[in-house]
Amino acid sequence: MTTLVLPLSEAAGEDVNPLLPHTAEIIFGFVFLILLAIAFAKFVVPRFEKAYADRTAAIEGGMEAAKQAQAEAKAALEKYTAQLANARQEAAKIREDAREQGAAIIAEMREQANAESERIVTHARAQIDAERAQAVASLRSEVGTMATTLAGRIVGESLEDEARQRRTVERFLAELEESESARQAVGTDG
Amino acid sequence: MTAGVPTEFIAPGPQSFDLPPIIPGVDWFTKPVLVAALSVVVIVWFYWAAARKSAVVPSRLQFAGELGYNFVRNSIARDAIGSAEYMKYVPYLCGLFYFILLNNVAGTIPLIQFPTFSHIGWAYVAAVMSWVIYNAAGIKKKGVWGYFKHQTMPAGVPLWLMPLMIPIEFISNILVRPISLSLRLFANMFAGHILLGVFVLGGEYMVFESGKILLGGVGIITFIMGLAIAGLELFVQSIQAYIFVVLTAQYIGSAISDEH
Repeated sequence: MTTLVLPLSEAAGEDVNPLLPHTAEIIFGFVFLILLAIAFAKFVVPRFEKAYADRTAAIEGGMEAAKQAQAEAKAALEKYTAQLANARQEAAKIREDAREQGAAIIAEMREQANAESERIVTHARAQIDAERAQAVASLRSEVGTMATTLAGRIVGESLEDEARQRRTVERFLAELEESESARQAVGTDG
Repeated sequence: MTAGVPTEFIAPGPQSFDLPPIIPGVDWFTKPVLVAALSVVVIVWFYWAAARKSAVVPSRLQFAGELGYNFVRNSIARDAIGSAEYMKYVPYLCGLFYFILLNNVAGTIPLIQFPTFSHIGWAYVAAVMSWVIYNAAGIKKKGVWGYFKHQTMPAGVPLWLMPLMIPIEFISNILVRPISLSLRLFANMFAGHILLGVFVLGGEYMVFESGKILLGGVGIITFIMGLAIAGLELFVQSIQAYIFVVLTAQYIGSAISDEH
């Protein structure tokens, strides 16, 4: 292997010192690096930074919009909740009113019914009284007529016989009884 | 060279980085210059296309651009510098990061396969730029005297230690930083390129030109190892770009910070 390595020093012949720079490369080095720095400073960095700023603005704008939408939604929710509460309250009030009204109506109705029944009873009673009075009056006149009739018959048939006389009296009594029971029936009828 | 005829193997070394001009006679137009220029074109084109519309709802391309931009803006600049002042430095840090990243990864991309920063001039330039920027930021904020006091006299150190502390802090914070920044990047790219070269060219030599069957077998293994090394290099290249920019951001952050 030594033979492989040996020629190195000989081949290096003319001394090349790797630590010594070439003038052209130094000049180009500065030119290229400054060129690149300027290209980045003037073109690349501003554009990328603008994109970043725009992006940040877009995101922040989006966040702002989202926040606003959220606030709006919250406000709407509050509104609806309040409305719902109002509606519930109103419904409760209406129900309460209805109950009260119902109770009032029932009470009124009851009163009316009571009054009506009273009125009916009174009316019936009055009618009964009137009818009775009428019956008494008619009976009275009837009794008078009957008495007269009977007296006439008695006088007419005067002395035919005792049996007929008795029959007559009995017939009269029976009639009288009949009319009595009739009168009684009218009385109980009211 | 025909297979079977043993030839000398010339291992890759510092001379591998001494590339001839692409157009003979135009000395300044070398491969790293071309690659760096291409990287600038690619970065500017990509970010121009991605940022052009600056839409609120990003397209796929804009989203990819924002991902790349945000990585430097938030994970590097804002974390290291603080949310109050980081935006001023984002353009430079962004350009720096993608410039280093693309030029490093160029060392792995087939057909290009040359990390620009393995030529130390580029690393010097990037380090000097970062150095100027962080010192200027500090001086602008605290004034010349205030800035040097801030960088060289850490709070809480007893006065009698100051003669010791001031030179140490000055060397470490002002002098060494650009050197360490540039050398770290350069050396990683340089060594990675040589490493890849050794594995790939060595494998190629052993398989095709050594004329020995045994070496041919080893060469195949070497070649496969080279692929793994390329994967490792891709990782190192990305990490180095990240480290360079993170350190720059931290230097800026510590230069303008209120407390040491």
